[in-house]
Amino acid sequence: MENNTNKVVVTVVGKDKKGIIAAVSTALTEYDVNILDISQTILQDFFTMIMIVDMNEANVSFTELREQLGLLGQKHGVVISCQHEEIFQYMHRI
Amino acid sequence: MPISISNEEILETINMIESENLDIRTITMGISLRDCAHSDIDVVCDRIYKKITTYAKDLVKIGEEVANDYGIPIINKRISVTPIAIVADACEAPDYVKIAKTLDKAAREVGVNFIGGFSALVQKGMTKGDEKLIRSIPQALAETEFVCASVNVGSSRAGINMDAVRLMGEVVKESAELTADTDGLGSAKLVVFCNAVEDNPFMAGAFHGVGEPEVVLNVGVSGPGVVLNAVRKIPNAPFDELATTIKHTAFKVTRSGELVGREAARRLGVPFGIVDLSLAPTPAVGDSVADILEAMGLERVGTHGTTAALAMLNDAVKKGGAMASSHVGGLSGAFIPVSEDAGMIRAVEEDALHLDKLEAMTCVCSVGLDMIAIPGDTSAETIAAIIADEAAIGMINKKTTAVRVIPVPGKKVGDTVVFGGLLGYAPIMDVNKYSSDLFVKRGGRIPAPIHSLNN
Repeated sequence: MENNTNKVVVTVVGKDKKGIIAAVSTALTEYDVNILDISQTILQDFFTMIMIVDMNEANVSFTELREQLGLLGQKHGVVISCQHEEIFQYMHRI
Repeated sequence: MPISISNEEILETINMIESENLDIRTITMGISLRDCAHSDIDVVCDRIYKKITTYAKDLVKIGEEVANDYGIPIINKRISVTPIAIVADACEAPDYVKIAKTLDKAAREVGVNFIGGFSALVQKGMTKGDEKLIRSIPQALAETEFVCASVNVGSSRAGINMDAVRLMGEVVKESAELTADTDGLGSAKLVVFCNAVEDNPFMAGAFHGVGEPEVVLNVGVSGPGVVLNAVRKIPNAPFDELATTIKHTAFKVTRSGELVGREAARRLGVPFGIVDLSLAPTPAVGDSVADILEAMGLERVGTHGTTAALAMLNDAVKKGGAMASSHVGGLSGAFIPVSEDAGMIRAVEEDALHLDKLEAMTCVCSVGLDMIAIPGDTSAETIAAIIADEAAIGMINKKTTAVRVIPVPGKKVGDTVVFGGLLGYAPIMDVNKYSSDLFVKRGGRIPAPIHSLNN
């Protein structure tokens, strides 16, 4: 990873939250991805979970993590996306 | 340490990308071809091919990597080159079609979807090379897939070269006729400019200007959908508040472009040039500049008030974007192409929007008459007169204007033409039935305007 920071924002959006936190956390543990912060809310009937994770010690690449979590999301009927935190910093802070 | 971004902000960004079509419209690598000049056209082609395929070999791959990392799509990866009329001026060949084919081959090799710069700058007059290039355009566009051409016929400093304007009327028509099998697609890849900019990343008018470095990466952001939703959220707000909201939104959109552009340039090892903060619509539902104008309270774009709405939008986008990037450039403003914007198409179909109103709108938008399909039997002189009108608006108002009209062979008012993809589809629009022949045939130059006494 060439970026100074290895923080990634993982968001999960879906109708049903049953088992999804456990599934995502288990997957992240498997990949040695450290969860720094986790929060959840209900937005217009949609369950929304936002995780800030650290990939410094991860055993997978960012692209792999993104693909694997995407597949996991499909299995559970939710949308999981991964983005470097820089995009949020850049867009909302001067 | 956790990052200091709130959940609302994270969700706002995700919503912009997922449901409001926020994207980076293009990353465009500008490559200087000035060192490729030679009297033998085969040597020129050889040098051009080697140079482009060396500099741009990782452009598409790195573009996709950066898009993945930030989760924000980069729709197009493109290349702009030094105006070929400059590169080929020393060539003894009678035409430059061979060079266009080389550009096409290089574009195919590196996987970009357009290459711009089959261009000439003739605002004051034409060299022999300029004229050869312009006369090569119809065949060059007919025999290539990715090449885009542009010609600058006027500027606020030089006036308007009416000989070139007349010639371009013929070239636009011939470009459409030679590509009659694809409904005149050739002329959809040809732009006639006044006050062309040297660092524009958007096609079909991109070229790598003579004041630019060896190689550079420019970025064009988009986001009409994001602005549209922001405007829709405040249906009754006065204009002050509306302008502020658009500025905030343009700021965020441009920031994403700045980040992606800088990161892509860093990974490619080339200098970062500019962010072009244009609102570039696509035919996708909700990704329309016309919809923004209608959301401001106009029943249909084209009705009275449209020019004021567009002026306000264009200025607010520039103000917000200018704060977000260290280098803003290119065309930067709102694009109003007809065929690429579902709201504009609807307005034309419902008889709300005509060529005359579009011309008025170009006085306050970022470019000009863009992607407008006109009847195939429109004369070259009428097309030249349309170009002259647009060039006059640009020259007097010290802004970039352009004409990209498609005289669709065999079609008349009431017909529709489908170009496909980002180019969309368009109803054929009527042009004035009275002749401009004698006016256009005068030739010569319209003198540059006085730059004081501004009333």
